[in-house]
Amino acid sequence: MSIPLLDLNKCTIRFGGLTAVSAVDMQIGSQDLLGLIGPNGAGKTTVFNIITGVYQPTSGTITFNNKPTAGLKPNVIAKRGIARTFQNIRLFPTLSVYDNVRAAFNLRLRHRLAHALSRFPSFYREENQIKARVMEMLEIFGLAHEEHLLCGSLPYGDQRRLEIVRALATQPKLLLLDEPAAGMNPREKEELMELIRFVKEKYQIAVLLVEHDMKVVMGICQRVVVLDYGIKIAEGTPEEVQKNAKVIEAYLGEEPSAA
Amino acid sequence: MKHRHVKQLGLIAAVLLSALASAYSGSINSYYLQVIIFVGINIVLAVSLNLINGYTGQFSLGHAGFMAIGAYVSAYLSTEQSAGVFNALGGVGTLSIAAVFLGALLLGGIAAAIAGLAVGIPSLRLKGDYLAIVTLGFGEIIRVLIQTTEAVGGARGYSGIANYTTLFWTYTIAALTVYIVLSLIDSTYGRGFLTVRDDEIAAEAIGINTTRYKVTAFTLGAFFAGIAGGLYAHTTTYINPSGFDFQLSIQIVIMVILGGMGSTWGVVLAAIVLTLLLEYLRFVAGYEWLPDLVRRIAANRTIIFSLVLIGLMLLRPQGLFGALPRMGGAAKRVREPRRRHKPDEPGPGATR
Repeated sequence: MSIPLLDLNKCTIRFGGLTAVSAVDMQIGSQDLLGLIGPNGAGKTTVFNIITGVYQPTSGTITFNNKPTAGLKPNVIAKRGIARTFQNIRLFPTLSVYDNVRAAFNLRLRHRLAHALSRFPSFYREENQIKARVMEMLEIFGLAHEEHLLCGSLPYGDQRRLEIVRALATQPKLLLLDEPAAGMNPREKEELMELIRFVKEKYQIAVLLVEHDMKVVMGICQRVVVLDYGIKIAEGTPEEVQKNAKVIEAYLGEEPSAA
Repeated sequence: MKHRHVKQLGLIAAVLLSALASAYSGSINSYYLQVIIFVGINIVLAVSLNLINGYTGQFSLGHAGFMAIGAYVSAYLSTEQSAGVFNALGGVGTLSIAAVFLGALLLGGIAAAIAGLAVGIPSLRLKGDYLAIVTLGFGEIIRVLIQTTEAVGGARGYSGIANYTTLFWTYTIAALTVYIVLSLIDSTYGRGFLTVRDDEIAAEAIGINTTRYKVTAFTLGAFFAGIAGGLYAHTTTYINPSGFDFQLSIQIVIMVILGGMGSTWGVVLAAIVLTLLLEYLRFVAGYEWLPDLVRRIAANRTIIFSLVLIGLMLLRPQGLFGALPRMGGAAKRVREPRRRHKPDEPGPGATR
């Protein structure tokens, strides 16, 4: 692999006496679709929170796009090109579907407070450009007919999709998806896998996927990293990982007959 | 984008209308005129507080403090420091009065904005109740500081302020406040305020600098509160530190809640209705044919306010015109399809 887009080097985070993530190394190339799996409490979401700046690693370095990101605030990291979705959907409940996506254009705005008040033609030009791009994205993801609805009134699958659209609207280089298949039925999961493949192709970005659902992970990921108790126990293609003894042990326990 | 300039046109219309009304203000009973001016001042206060409490979701109880700063700074400037300006402009005339008055208002607003910034930056790490307590304490500190400042009369109050506030200035400034808040919110930049209110973590994840938005809301809100204070000082011509107490802050908060957090027009209407209601209660208290109890309640505004607030929270917690569900609260969860995966934590402050 050439220089990775995201490079976690011996990242450790401790909360008091608990080491939630211990010396994890992880590299993501600019076109990778990497899966991050592990049993409950393995530290997957914590890794997400370290990458996005919600937590600061106790030790270790994170490099994104050749620049260190440790110590930066989440909004700065988002601007650098890392977008995410949340395990429990976090849309803006009082905003419409349209405004949820529109808000994500905020970080690339050229015209801010003074323009919003003075309303020179350049302000309207930028607002019209944003409007066109929001509508284009909503069309692509089949949410255009719901643009005026409050996001809370969307069906569950659409809310998941909207959150992904909102993340994409920040124009990321790396998209982090935190358990996108949670609470979905098999058909919705199929659609989700289709969607993730489509997003990756269309926007040419890297995707890091945290997921419990093995069918989804094994179905779309090129590589998989397995965490258990905050330690990376395996990495490889889905086939390799599935045969890895440590992984089987972590998920199913030691009994050989259980596998 | 058909009605692109509707806001600007509305602003110009409002300014012209207030100029027209002001031209005829001589024929209005001076008591009514005063009440109409109070309505305008309360619109400025409530709409600017709505930017902080309603749109940005930061519960501030310090608006009376910001207003006091604006009132005292502008009153002091127009009373003690205006002689030089009048001399330079060739004596006291319509134009030189306008220059002195506007200058004093603006500097009063800026002083309040600086206070807003100073309070905002350290205290915006706090959320919810904690922030409310800090801003409440700030308001009280301001009041006590003024009480002990002899240059502006201390606890005796500050009198002899010129009566500069006209219908024109009051409603021009009220219209400007409404215009600024509305056009701010109606922009991609301004939607950032709402994302801070709705979900700070998600807002940061899409690159929104939540601290900066909060400080901006506080500074702008304090600026207009300061200007409202200046208008108030120059219409009552006498101000007293105890007039800017905690109860005044609560009164403004109630206007915002009644109108509906995050609905500018609702808040404007609430400011009008509540101001007029309070004035009308003075008469009710004087009607001798009413039972004694009713008259006593009418004479005590706090009882009325409490009743309004209790009734509102029971019947319509989102306010009269707050069409949107309250931030992340019960309203949203009811509509959401049930999740099989992770049960949500119970919503904070769910009312029913």
